Amino acid sequence: MALFKRELSPARIVKKSREDRFAAREIIDGVFTDFIELHGDRLSGDDNSIIGGIARLNGQPVTVIVIDRGTDIQDKISKRNGSPEPYGYRKAQRLMAQANKFNRPIITFINTPGAFPGKTAEAQGQGEAIAQSILKSMKLTVPMIAIIYGEAGSGGALALATSDQVWMFQNATYSILSPEGFASILWKDSKRADEAADVMGLTPKDLMEKQIIEYIIPEGRNHPRVFNLIRKRLDDEITSLQTLAPNELLAKRRARFRAF
Amino acid sequence: MNIFDQHKHQTAKIKRQDNVNERIPDGLFLACPYCGAQMYNKQLGRYRVCSKCGYGFRLQARERVTLFTDTFTEMDADIVQTNPDFPGYADKLSRAQEQTDLGESVLTGEAVIKGQKVALGVMDPYFMMASLGSKTGEKITRLFEYATENQLPVVLFTASGGARMQEGINSLMQMAKISAAVAQHQEAGLLYLVVLTDPTTGGVTASFAMQGDVTLAEPHALVGFAGARVIESTIHEKLPKDFQRAETLLKNGFVDKIVPRETLADTIGQLVALHQSTEV
Repeated sequence: MALFKRELSPARIVKKSREDRFAAREIIDGVFTDFIELHGDRLSGDDNSIIGGIARLNGQPVTVIVIDRGTDIQDKISKRNGSPEPYGYRKAQRLMAQANKFNRPIITFINTPGAFPGKTAEAQGQGEAIAQSILKSMKLTVPMIAIIYGEAGSGGALALATSDQVWMFQNATYSILSPEGFASILWKDSKRADEAADVMGLTPKDLMEKQIIEYIIPEGRNHPRVFNLIRKRLDDEITSLQTLAPNELLAKRRARFRAF
Repeated sequence: MNIFDQHKHQTAKIKRQDNVNERIPDGLFLACPYCGAQMYNKQLGRYRVCSKCGYGFRLQARERVTLFTDTFTEMDADIVQTNPDFPGYADKLSRAQEQTDLGESVLTGEAVIKGQKVALGVMDPYFMMASLGSKTGEKITRLFEYATENQLPVVLFTASGGARMQEGINSLMQMAKISAAVAQHQEAGLLYLVVLTDPTTGGVTASFAMQGDVTLAEPHALVGFAGARVIESTIHEKLPKDFQRAETLLKNGFVDKIVPRETLADTIGQLVALHQSTEV
């Protein structure tokens, strides 16, 4: 791709996608203004690995939902390196329903190895939480754009990516599971992860070809520049999505996934 | 001649059971994968249920249709994966097709269950562990679309080891594709009845298996999102025996009712009848 200076191997992109190049709070502050965080799912708790709230995008109120992997070790442990609990997904569902009521576009930022595979997560219905996030997204009549800024693993990522458009950072990945898991399941050898990355088609370029995503966000060391680009493009795309009638928007979103 | 026929029949059974690692000393005896009780093959009866604990042995989709429907007309039998380009995938696929007499891991059609007309889907754990391939997703999506068009309830027997790894991201997209069709069916005010069977896991649990209006389960069916080994290695502790079994899900509020196979058709018929619009 001429867009980027030099093309990295899939295995190299997998490594980069896990390097915390961009922090959740940094993205929120960089792209939006007036952010107010809203907590809790009103059922069982508040998952700090999903930050949610209301902000302004070029003046327009929007709902922002961001998976946070944490910054230092303690923070990462408490956020399970960005693996949400069921009550995280249920918080997201609550905020999405709220956005729908007030006709606010929804923008999600995704960076997760997957939904947390824990004992209480399972007991509290991790599968049901993801299933309902997907189903509810298929009924919302406000524009939804999902941006993958690091790793996007499996159903835990899809739960926040059933949108009108999905974008990816240049060094992000989106896959059915981690290359390690893939190699371990198919070849019974998790050490062949690099090889798995090659055949999985998890890079932005591969996914763009398969029309899984609509846009690749070029990265750079100059983060404000990246954020300005995102803000500008979000504004353009949301404005254009807002010209559609609610039923048209919904039909288009469903058709987007019907094509797979 | 008769003797040979019988022998052939039992060999086929042994082969099938081997595939799910069920311990079988020979064709006559087998062990319940749930409680371990040894029993005669014939003791399982036509519903293939453990006489001791009530666990329902895994069934092929076509066996299920025979057991639970009055009539069944298959649809979309011609939908098969025509481009299995991952190494080794084509072989696995054709072996599964041969073994199950199915084109994909789900059998769909229009059925009558205890006098009630329904759109029926049955996932087959003997077809690549009912993994969610793009054609599996296509058949289930079409089933919901057909039901919406024809104002029919959907009854779906779920089973799955999860995503179809060989199809990568396209497998993941099926979760969203089917969910969109479920949403449309829901908006038409139609009933979606899920029957969780052993095993229902991964991406299927994280999508259409957990989107029903009413969710039934077979006794002791394994139902979960993450695999037990993955959970154990994440939290470094051993999980209790019934951690992801239907009875635990019932207790935790994710299943409406556990129904033994013997009364399953009656329960489905009754639930569908209760959702018929009454004439004014």
